[in-house]
Amino acid sequence: MNSLLKIDNLHVSVNGKPILKGVNLEVRQGETHALMGPNGSGKSTLAYALMGHPRYEITDGRIEIDGVDLVALEPDARARLGLFLAFQYPVTIPGVKVADFLRHAVSNVRNPDRKEGEGLIPMREFRKELKARMEALGMDVEFARRYLNDGFSGGEKKRMEILQLAMLRPKFAILDETDSGLDSDAVRVVSEGLARLAGPEMAVVIITHHERLLEFNRPQSTHVMLAGRIVENGDATLAHELHDQGYAGVRTRHPAIAAEETVEKTEEALVAKA
Amino acid sequence: MTTTISPPTALSSVPAGFDTAAFEAFLATRNEPGWVSDRRRAAFAVYQAKLGAPLNPEEWKRVDLRAFTPGQFQLGAGGASPAQFSTLLEDRTVFAGQAFHVDGAGVFDRLDERLARQGVLFGNLADLVREHREVLEPHLMTRGVRPETDRFTAWHAAFWTGGAVLYVPKNVVVNEPLHSLIGLSAAGAADFSHTLVILEEGASATLLEETASASPMAPGLHIGGVELLVGRGANLRYVQLQNWNSQVWHIAHQAALVAADASLQWTVAGIGAKLAHLHQEVALEGRGAQAQVNGVTFATGRQLLSYYTQQTHKAENTCSDLLYKDVLRDHARVVWRGMIRVDKAAQKTDGYQRNDSLLLSPDCRADAIPGLEIEADDVRCTHGATAGRVDADQIFYCMCRGLSRYEAMHMIVEGFFHGVYDRISVEAVRETLSQAVQRKLGIGL
Ligand SMILES: Nc1ncnc2c1ncn2[C@@H]1O[C@H](COP(=O)(O)OP(=O)(O)O)[C@@H](O)[C@H]1O
Ligand SMILES: [Mg+2]
Repeated sequence: MNSLLKIDNLHVSVNGKPILKGVNLEVRQGETHALMGPNGSGKSTLAYALMGHPRYEITDGRIEIDGVDLVALEPDARARLGLFLAFQYPVTIPGVKVADFLRHAVSNVRNPDRKEGEGLIPMREFRKELKARMEALGMDVEFARRYLNDGFSGGEKKRMEILQLAMLRPKFAILDETDSGLDSDAVRVVSEGLARLAGPEMAVVIITHHERLLEFNRPQSTHVMLAGRIVENGDATLAHELHDQGYAGVRTRHPAIAAEETVEKTEEALVAKA
Repeated sequence: MTTTISPPTALSSVPAGFDTAAFEAFLATRNEPGWVSDRRRAAFAVYQAKLGAPLNPEEWKRVDLRAFTPGQFQLGAGGASPAQFSTLLEDRTVFAGQAFHVDGAGVFDRLDERLARQGVLFGNLADLVREHREVLEPHLMTRGVRPETDRFTAWHAAFWTGGAVLYVPKNVVVNEPLHSLIGLSAAGAADFSHTLVILEEGASATLLEETASASPMAPGLHIGGVELLVGRGANLRYVQLQNWNSQVWHIAHQAALVAADASLQWTVAGIGAKLAHLHQEVALEGRGAQAQVNGVTFATGRQLLSYYTQQTHKAENTCSDLLYKDVLRDHARVVWRGMIRVDKAAQKTDGYQRNDSLLLSPDCRADAIPGLEIEADDVRCTHGATAGRVDADQIFYCMCRGLSRYEAMHMIVEGFFHGVYDRISVEAVRETLSQAVQRKLGIGL
């Protein structure tokens, strides 16, 4: 049966300040969605809240996978249920080798009941799989021995996110601007890689400002965020339109919400001056 | 692995404590050559004189010795039943020789016949002072550890019990490492072991030393000394892994002298002990001498682990490079006071010292105080110290990949130490340290 990720009336605050103001979204395993919206509209906030970042406080609403409420779960439990976030800004972990990190991650996600110190996926099998995935993404296999994101270029970090996605094979993958900061060759490699990974087993939510990723991974649905809400839903043509014309039209169609956006901006400006 | 060792027989004639009666009784059990007894007597006199004198505040100010009661510990407190030591190094590699000490007495030693024929000595100091006066007398606590330094060095020089001696003659290369285990077994036992390494010109060797307790709760005392005398063009790798139980007081004075064009890689790891204070000094005595110093410290509970390190450059073109990394948890405290000294003659010196601390809990505390004293004008000396908590974003990132909070924390801790492991050229040591840290973290238990 296809799994369902259901986000219902989600309200999220950061440092007591409401950022998401009632987000509704349903994503089924196997689907591809585009999530768009101007900077500051709350896309990354939604992604972090889905994963359970401790600074993003859920003040109302629900996040469910197949009826299981995620809100009280730690991020690792969510990962073990099949949720994955490719970070907009991947974190560096000095001294931890990519291969060691991923071997632990893969062991936990494939064996969700695994406790720390219990058996890991067999080395030989793991190495073989890792090598194949790295080659498919055009990565030097030497990266497996490097420390996680330590000294990596922006593009290398993004590729590392996709490698992790490939190894963890989540049910629901959220890609937060995975294509930004990449040169066009790298965007192509990542887009093709993602297209190959996507399939009936995986849903992909692509947060992007660019077209390329969506060319290779055509979304069934496009959602537009503005000031902490999803204000429009459409198909691939909506993504195309937004890319061509920007968000002026969206703001015109939703003046009240767009006004909230400007109020926030003014507030910020005032705070900055003060 | 676990090593079972028959303990030494108890010397019931030596009373507890370290007063004159204890000293005389101790001397009476030793049956040593006159030059050794004479040095002990001289050191004991210094010890008694220094007992009332204040300790160097720069070194001792942050080390709280109020609960320290030496009178409860006893020399020659051998036990009745064989002691079991869970050694960390034993199974890691093939050793060219091994020397074991328990409760201050040598209980076992061996050296590959091939090396013995080349003139290498490896064994117990207590035996070798009798058999090889010509080798030991010039070096034993004359140049490295000087008894008159403070009450602890004098105390050690008066009461040293034994310890590993390694002597490598000119141009002899010992490829396989040597192993020394210093054990404490009986409750209240004192170990005053002295490690003495002498590498003649062009020699090369690796000595891996570890300390261990047979029981998790037996109180113990280690007043130690280490001397590493690295001759011209020689190459020494020395490791001391301090892994006592949490009831042991460990106070040690350790000194290395590195001659011209010689190199030393010195790694200290502090895992155990109730309170440990290590005075660690490296003197670069000849042109082109090099020393790399690595420190791995993991303090938990109410442990206090303190280091006083000195890198002294006495000659031109010398290089010293110290990196200590400490992880602290619970109420633990780590103190590091480091100093680079550059004499006037030591131009073109390259000196580096750095201490990084990672704090895992709100109640632990790390004090890192680097220092420079430079008299030469053409030198490059840098120092640094950092202290930080585990980064919440790193934890979150790991957890997003399915790692539990503890697993994430543990991985970050191990990664933190990797910055030191990567410098250590002996694979067995890297593995051993990593395992010691994992054990203490409680992984896989
Ligand atoms: N950690 C944070 N601390 C403070 N404010 C934040 C934080 N994360 C997001 N915000 C605020 O929330 C709003 C939405 O940001 P974000 O979700 O990053 O938008 P997007 O990803 O769509 O560009 C912005 O106003 C931003 O300033
Ligand atoms: Mg964003």
